[in-house]
Amino acid sequence: MTLLLQYTLIFSSVLLLVALGGCFAEHSGVINLGLEGIMVIGALGGALVMRYLPAGLPAIVVVFATMGGALLLGMIYSSLLGVACINFKADQTIVGTALNMLGTAGATLLVKAINTAANPDDVSSVIQYIEPKKAFLVNIGGFEFNWFMLVAIVALVIAYVVLYKTKFGLRLMACGEHPQAADSVGINVYRMRWAGVLISGVYGGLGGICYILAGVSEWKFENGVAGFGFLALAVMIFGQWKPTRIALAALLFGLFRALSNVYSGFPFLYNLNIPSNVYNMMPYIVSLIVLAFTSKNSRAPKAEGIPYDKGQR
Amino acid sequence: MKNILKKPAVQSLIASLICIILGLLIGYIVLLFINPDGAGEAILAVVKNFFNSSRANLRLKNFGNTLVKTAPLLMCSLSILFAYKVGLFNIGAAGQYMAGICGSLYAALAWGWGWLPCMLFAIVCGAVLGAIVGLLKAYCNVNEVISGIMLNWISLYTGNMILTKVKEGTSPYTLSVSGHASKALIPSLGMENLFANNKYVSIAIPITVVVAIVIMIVLNKTKFGYELKATGNNKNAAKYAGMAENRNIVLTLIIAGGLAGFGAATLYLTGFEQWQVTATAVPAMGFNGIAAAFLGGLHPIGAIFSSYFIQHITNGGAYVDLTKYSSQISDLISSIIIYLCGFVLFIKYAMNKTIAKREEKQAQKEKLASEAGKGGDGK
Repeated sequence: MTLLLQYTLIFSSVLLLVALGGCFAEHSGVINLGLEGIMVIGALGGALVMRYLPAGLPAIVVVFATMGGALLLGMIYSSLLGVACINFKADQTIVGTALNMLGTAGATLLVKAINTAANPDDVSSVIQYIEPKKAFLVNIGGFEFNWFMLVAIVALVIAYVVLYKTKFGLRLMACGEHPQAADSVGINVYRMRWAGVLISGVYGGLGGICYILAGVSEWKFENGVAGFGFLALAVMIFGQWKPTRIALAALLFGLFRALSNVYSGFPFLYNLNIPSNVYNMMPYIVSLIVLAFTSKNSRAPKAEGIPYDKGQR
Repeated sequence: MKNILKKPAVQSLIASLICIILGLLIGYIVLLFINPDGAGEAILAVVKNFFNSSRANLRLKNFGNTLVKTAPLLMCSLSILFAYKVGLFNIGAAGQYMAGICGSLYAALAWGWGWLPCMLFAIVCGAVLGAIVGLLKAYCNVNEVISGIMLNWISLYTGNMILTKVKEGTSPYTLSVSGHASKALIPSLGMENLFANNKYVSIAIPITVVVAIVIMIVLNKTKFGYELKATGNNKNAAKYAGMAENRNIVLTLIIAGGLAGFGAATLYLTGFEQWQVTATAVPAMGFNGIAAAFLGGLHPIGAIFSSYFIQHITNGGAYVDLTKYSSQISDLISSIIIYLCGFVLFIKYAMNKTIAKREEKQAQKEKLASEAGKGGDGK
């Protein structure tokens, strides 16, 4: 049972972080379909930091350095989306899809090159982080507390306060609802959208490193992040683009994802003799059903996905 | 004199060529960062593909292999292109392709069907998946990108589950079609002789080209195609004009799904590949189809060439010196190319602007010249 709770919380943290990232981008008016790729690159940043960090540093340094690497790389990578979609008015769907493919391909290429350079016989795309991973975990009576659970809660509070209680957040949301009106009162729409995209890069990068730290102590970058970026988008839609609702949605989706990891530990689930593939499918099926019922009255930002053109009215 | 650069087809071609050249160049620069020696050779190896083979026979055979994998890619890119004309982004092509793999292999190996029924069954499987996306989009307003992605994973795991029943005893691969269900192999009608007896080359390849032409005719020359495009351009206007916009959306995705499913049959019913039932990633063919569709300027004929090009560099990845780089170089290049395809609109806009500027200058010059000529008359 503790195992289920632990996995639910850690997967929910991943989904919450990434969905909040998507939330910022969409409120500014840019659909960020590239979250999956941003997660991979963020995970790469964090994993590289963990690999090259000298052993024996205090845990807090490891945690912050790893998070720093992840969010920095995530942010830099998301600027590719910004340039194309904000400045060059490119189709956001194509660019997002390209970023997803580029993230996995680029990360695999780089990690393989690093591994082969270190050892000519090693052509894998795996980075190990057994030792530094311990810095993230605190064992409380069998329950492995991961610092990212706290990070996710802090991120949620920040997102809520920034979006609803600050001038910046309200302006950001105005750019996603009606950019022309926002522009007419002196808000720089391009700058606001850039802010939205870069923040989503930071959140996505953090979510990425959190994801690869969730269960295992090494990551094969060829696998990408198995559709988690898109699952997070489903969480965001289910949460109706509101941070608090997104948090609840993330908990629900996290639970289903966790079940597929630990169902064999529950005798009654194990005895049902359902193939593991069914559990793997669960989060996706649930999100499809949920979307089917909630999308009709969607409260999506009105101007999302439409490139802002100053000359248009 | 009409400016040849003004023609949309020429502009698309130029834009695609710019994307390819820039893609290769950026890929080269990335490789320079990763490992400076051998970057040039690696890119060359990718571009040369089967020309890397030393013997003429082998070259021909490898050319055949590239073509065998071009057929499914072309179908996936047509699937995406067709849906895109109706304003839908069919990212679910990968899952529909997976459904096609599952349908064709299961029908062949478990039921012992012939190749044609297997192929039709694969089309139906893909179409069913497409229909789900279409129905969700039309009646529940679910974004087709999100539902497509969810269905990709669902169909991957379902496919793995079903195909486990027809897998080899000890390995995770499905039984070989040529060994256990030779009835299901697509006939080659002597085409293999053209490619140094490459037994995987079959009539599937010319059929896919015919399908591309049919798609072009449907889109450009029929009332149905016109209605679909009208729905894509403005859903409300199409509805106002009396077109059944919801029906059109569902039909489009059924056709798109069928195309992707058919693509899977053209590859897996040649026995070229066996499916690994422990796969944890959706087949990349569907995503490469996106690259091919946009690189081909969203035109069915363009898609034939762009699909070949994408497959050419993908196969070329196998010739890269593995001690320096991995074969993912080709994935990298094709993803950079898709990214650049996002800029196609901008490239066309820039082209039109330069042409307009030049013409204006030309007109002004002529005007000045004629005025000067008039002035000269009165001397």
